[in-house]
Amino acid sequence: MSGYIIRRLLYALPILIGVNLITFVLFFVVNSPDDMARMQLGDKRITEEAVSAWKADHGYDRPLLYNAEAEGTAKLTDTIFFQKSVKLFAFDFGSSDSGRDIGYDISQRMWPSLAIALPVLLVGLAINISYALMIVFFRATYIDVGSVVLLVAMMSISGLFYIIGGQFLVGKLLHLVPISGYDTGLDAAKFLVLPVIVGVVGGIGTGTRLYRTFFLEEANRDYVRTARAKGLRERTVLSRHVLRNALIPILTGVVAVLPLLFMGALITESFFGVPGLGSYTIDAINRQDFAIVRAMVFLGSVLYILGLILTDISYTMVDPRVRLS
Amino acid sequence: MPVILATDALIFLVVAVALGYGAYAAQHEHLRAPWRRVARSPVAVATLVVIAFYVVIGLLDSMHFHPRIEPMATAEAPPEPPVLPIDADDQTGTASTRAKYSTQVLSLLDVILSDLRERQEKTFSAPFATHLFVKEPMEQPDGSILRGYPPLEHGGTHLADPSRRGFDIAVRTLLGVIKGLLLWMALTAALVWLVAHARGQHYDAAARTMWRGRTDVPWRVALITLAVMLCTSFAAAELAAGYHILGTDKVGEDVFYQSLKSIRTGLVIGTLTTLVMLPAAVILGIMAGYFRGLTDDMIQYLYTTLNSIPGVLLIAAAILMLQVYMTNNAEAFASLVERADLRLLFLCIILGVTSWTGLCRLLRGESLKLREQDYVQAALSLGVGHGTIIARHILPNVLHIVMITVVLDFSGLVLAEAVLSYVNIGVDPTMNSWGNMINGARLELAREPIVWWSLAAAFLFMFTLVLAANLLADVVRDAFDPRLARVG
Amino acid sequence: MRLLVGLMAMASLLAGCGSPPWNNPYPDQQAGGKILYGAFTERPKHLDPVRSYSAPEYAFLAQIYEPPLQYHFLKRPYTLVPLTAEASPEAVHLDADGRLLPQGVDPERIAVSEYLIRIRPGIRYQPHPAFAKGADGAYLYHALSRNEIARLDTLADLPKTDTRELTAEDYVYQIKRLAAPWLHSPIAGLMGEHILGFEEFSERLQDVAPASGSGERAFVDLRPLDFPGVEVVDRYSYKVRLEGPYPQFVYWLAMPFFSPMPWEAEALTNQPGMRANNITLDWYPVGTGPFMLAENNPNMRMVLARNPNFHGEAYPSEGMPGDREAGLLADAGQPLPFIDRAVYSLEKESIPYWNKFLQGYYDSSGISSDAFDQAVQFDAAGQAGLTEEMRAKGIGLRTAVETSVWYMGFNMEDELIGGDSERARLLRRAISIAVDFGEYISIFANGRGMEGQGPVPPGIFGHRDGEAGINPYVFDWQRGRPRRKAIDEAKALLTQAGYRDGRDPATGRPLSIYYEAMDAGPDGKARLNWIRKQFAKLGIELIVRATDFNRFQEKMRKGTAQVFMWGWNADYPDPENFFFLLYGPNRKTAGGENAANYANPEFDRLFEAMKNLPDGAERQAIIDRMTEIVRRDAPWSFGFYPESYSLRHQWVANVKPNLMANNTLKYLRLEPDLRERMRAEWNPPILWPVFGIVAVLVMGAVPAVVIARRRERSAAL
Repeated sequence: MSGYIIRRLLYALPILIGVNLITFVLFFVVNSPDDMARMQLGDKRITEEAVSAWKADHGYDRPLLYNAEAEGTAKLTDTIFFQKSVKLFAFDFGSSDSGRDIGYDISQRMWPSLAIALPVLLVGLAINISYALMIVFFRATYIDVGSVVLLVAMMSISGLFYIIGGQFLVGKLLHLVPISGYDTGLDAAKFLVLPVIVGVVGGIGTGTRLYRTFFLEEANRDYVRTARAKGLRERTVLSRHVLRNALIPILTGVVAVLPLLFMGALITESFFGVPGLGSYTIDAINRQDFAIVRAMVFLGSVLYILGLILTDISYTMVDPRVRLS
Repeated sequence: MPVILATDALIFLVVAVALGYGAYAAQHEHLRAPWRRVARSPVAVATLVVIAFYVVIGLLDSMHFHPRIEPMATAEAPPEPPVLPIDADDQTGTASTRAKYSTQVLSLLDVILSDLRERQEKTFSAPFATHLFVKEPMEQPDGSILRGYPPLEHGGTHLADPSRRGFDIAVRTLLGVIKGLLLWMALTAALVWLVAHARGQHYDAAARTMWRGRTDVPWRVALITLAVMLCTSFAAAELAAGYHILGTDKVGEDVFYQSLKSIRTGLVIGTLTTLVMLPAAVILGIMAGYFRGLTDDMIQYLYTTLNSIPGVLLIAAAILMLQVYMTNNAEAFASLVERADLRLLFLCIILGVTSWTGLCRLLRGESLKLREQDYVQAALSLGVGHGTIIARHILPNVLHIVMITVVLDFSGLVLAEAVLSYVNIGVDPTMNSWGNMINGARLELAREPIVWWSLAAAFLFMFTLVLAANLLADVVRDAFDPRLARVG
Repeated sequence: MRLLVGLMAMASLLAGCGSPPWNNPYPDQQAGGKILYGAFTERPKHLDPVRSYSAPEYAFLAQIYEPPLQYHFLKRPYTLVPLTAEASPEAVHLDADGRLLPQGVDPERIAVSEYLIRIRPGIRYQPHPAFAKGADGAYLYHALSRNEIARLDTLADLPKTDTRELTAEDYVYQIKRLAAPWLHSPIAGLMGEHILGFEEFSERLQDVAPASGSGERAFVDLRPLDFPGVEVVDRYSYKVRLEGPYPQFVYWLAMPFFSPMPWEAEALTNQPGMRANNITLDWYPVGTGPFMLAENNPNMRMVLARNPNFHGEAYPSEGMPGDREAGLLADAGQPLPFIDRAVYSLEKESIPYWNKFLQGYYDSSGISSDAFDQAVQFDAAGQAGLTEEMRAKGIGLRTAVETSVWYMGFNMEDELIGGDSERARLLRRAISIAVDFGEYISIFANGRGMEGQGPVPPGIFGHRDGEAGINPYVFDWQRGRPRRKAIDEAKALLTQAGYRDGRDPATGRPLSIYYEAMDAGPDGKARLNWIRKQFAKLGIELIVRATDFNRFQEKMRKGTAQVFMWGWNADYPDPENFFFLLYGPNRKTAGGENAANYANPEFDRLFEAMKNLPDGAERQAIIDRMTEIVRRDAPWSFGFYPESYSLRHQWVANVKPNLMANNTLKYLRLEPDLRERMRAEWNPPILWPVFGIVAVLVMGAVPAVVIARRRERSAAL
């Protein structure tokens, strides 16, 4: 097992290098170091000297990918790409182009993201599973048909509408929770209610529908039929057999997204003024802060690969027939 | 002078491919059977009618041309102020006889809706309003300034007495419904005749079976949906001739017109995105599963790498890149429409890049399984070439997966467009799209009193399309996926 | 159902006992405090006065740092008054040999102007760990070990603080910091042109401390390094020497760039490892002002707290006519500041911002008013735009025309639209008439703005009101107000220029003109459509080239644009700050700020004469001539002067928009009790819809249970 994990981690290395290279190329096709300097220095009264001083200070005065003037390996190492990428692999993100330390900011902003994403996941899971079970229980009745139509309708609504609508209704008209904002510690609870509700409601359509198919698939298997034929009550059949077996695909799906919870929800966070990693990323894109963008991409890729490995491992745990190879 | 934009060309290609596939499927029973199952579902038939309306509008909006400019009446012009010598030599010669075309690009839909397009107000007006939504200083005949709601320049101007607006709306709606029903009756008659002809039945008998819902294809449902859609469309058209039925936006553009124009954008994103990357996904997916080994490793590496980059970021970078390209080659894009179109295409491609990996992985898994099948092994041992095996045995057997993916992805992509516009990396800000409408309208929610109609219009149009697409996708998946078809 | 009834009873109980509103985003224990609540939409990038050059940053900085001068809170036109200085400094002029010149001498003869600034004794810094000394007199925290630094999370983790008296040395130290190349001061280039020996000093510093590459740099003590531009005279006075005359320099002395900086602070924060914990001067300002930054979390919240060591200042007792009636002089002579804290929350989206303001959780549209643009519509008369509902809530509104100008620029180096030919000039003038900025203001600025008549906005010397001030090429004076010329006149101009009906005679096609847009926001599409409509009035086809801000800037620098829109926000209230935008040697293509690349020798000559003159009839005459030249040449279509406004709740007093002064927080007064009452009144939690949803769910469940029962029974059979 541990050998497998190590192998997978080693396998992740070329992927991360590839990700880094792609981000780097994409970014510098659009953004020259000069642009970055001007962006950071502001737009009033900026001279060429100030721009080159900034570049020298932040290490952007080298060639991008290939240094023709240097000797030997320095041709490749004395470049912006090499200098800026190597440290990433040690999770040293350096300081952002505006001067703040990125690692510090990420460690600060990770928690608000998690504080929204985790409840959304858990509450959503609970609601979706119970709703899906209920639909399966009442399958082929008007409840089933009505619910499916409702679910499809819910997933046909853009996520933006849930946010705008939720804020308008709960925050503005009903005065139940603060419209936006965040606080540390326990005070955060009242700010989290609305984003979590919006996140859960927005996810019911897709989630419940998916789980319904899982349950239906399971409910039509032979052993379930046998159980039913033995005279077991439908409730027992569903909870003891169907639910237990259908939980496997559900949970492995959840495991895959677990690490990505840290990355935060881009739009929800901006709308609700939550200082998480999602709004951090959006800000960085808007301000063209390459250092942050690169750090977030790297982090996202690492977490994604972590999710893949976790999924594989969780498969072996729930299903002994699958062996890791 | 017709213009074919890049996305137009691709849309025509899609239509051609769809027709070709239809013709091909019609001749092969294993392909025809699932479609027959689809056609027998009332839900599918109803949604198909709705989607057909969207598609027709989208296609009308994809036929572009440069409008002709009336030549200048140089000779008979009234005596004009002295023209400065700099330009004197340019005045004569070549330019006079040949027809001139504007650089502006219009579509057939624009021509049909030219009334809506040109009747702009100054700024916001509510649906069916006769006056502007905001107070403006108005100059009175005596020169004094009064603040009030100025009357609209176009909306409701036909009314002599604004208090009879309700009556007028009712009359127009009724008129529209009647027109819609008339057309519907004509279409129904034609359809019944066709069905009767095909079945060798008597006209009356065919009509009766159809009305009682005893046909295989639920024609009754289709016709009812058609009636609803036609009546709505005609009523909207009647009303739109006199009012801004969905109000006007900040610069006084008709919101109904914007919503209709957005249909094409939504459809293009929903279809082209998957289709643009389809060849790559299919070829790479099958190759990975079929050849295994090094090929598999490389392809897996490629899609894992692409997949692990957060999509929003990839899109942001690509869109910025395109902007730089367009800035550097500004001459190549004569009109705003062409620029916007290229950005749309690019968005489709880059969205495709972020979404093709799922399909690729599915196809890889399926090919891995198929490869071990007896008939493939037999073909291999007989020395049949790889290309032939893939084309003969593998590709046809994975087509249903492709089909399901295309249909399932559609609605998600239409929704994604709205979110991308919010982050400013969606379609060109000058292009009509639901995402842009929502993005613009969300600030107006803060206005007092609230301006809700842009948001509501975008919601309505988008919701209808996505709901129809989702419902259809369900039916198609059930019909094509034999494993799931048996369930429930 | 029983549960439902119970819940309802509980809710009515809760509502009855007068608990604070549920949607209060602030902790309950803050209730009743003299705390101002505001918001910031974008996190400040720099809080180091050397770097900071934007309004949102000044909103914090100006409360903390105190430059020698400030603008009078109430007086208009804007007047400089001493802040930490004893008096406003007067320039002393010297000739090339160092001899004193009399006032009013020919500017050509002035070689050096010298300013002597005396500061008031007894001013002390806010408590700060950098000043803390041990028993032995050595600084406690100036030589921390790596480990100690690594453990620091914020500066507050250093427990001991102390203060020190403000000295002239601190001001000089800051001016030297302006020259430090590694601090990237945005005004270093400009000051290099004016302060004596500034550039050489900058180069010397470059050698003293070479570039590091990582951005982290050890502390360099600038005190022993001297240059001729500044000099510490004694503990409380210092001199600044400028090359030649530069009367605008006093305005710079009111900007945070010239605030004092204690060297101890830099010595503390420049220790290696501090930067990795984000402990830098950029994030931890240290000043003498009425407030200090108590909490600095740009991801969430910025809190200013009263500085216990504040030297004290009295509310001004003079104002303009009307100020007394408006209650602005009620607090005359009272000690400042009136509030204890100011809490600014990060609020990026405008809808929540606006809604929270309406709910009473933000006191005024203080810091960045952009978010409120959408919400309020009014005309120059003021109150008319507030809705009944808002007025019923007691929301007040104050407006002032900003000291900035938005214009549509034509690139004078372009072949079609630029240049000195009569053809191009007529074309530009025709466009100026056609683009109706009056409509623009009413649509996009909600009526907040004045149509531009020239480069100088109202409130700045040189601006003329009324009929004398209109741009006769674009406007007529009718019925006591300017009226834009009819579109037919613009068409006639166009015909005269050779483009009849907007057609290009060479091709017979409509003339096509490129417009550079950097509008990507939600309003972008509407704005671009509008601009296209304006050009279409003339039959001209406008081709919009939308780019991002970087690309836009690059185009402007290269001079490849044709038509664009841009604005300028005054640094200081002097006409020089506007006319220099059209000064030939200052062309954008030559590295300046003249975006239209306009160059007219006569204008340039007049500008050079004007900039050194004191305000007066002579200066006005020159300005009138310059204005006439640019109106005739029309390198800009003078768009509009935006109007700023501030909304405030009834519990906020002493608000007057002041576009030059940023340190106005100290004048603000609050009535927290009224605020508590109003908040409770405006935000009663409404619960019935929640119960409604629960009820619907319960009722929907009833038939389901029935079916379930039936099923179980049939299965059991």
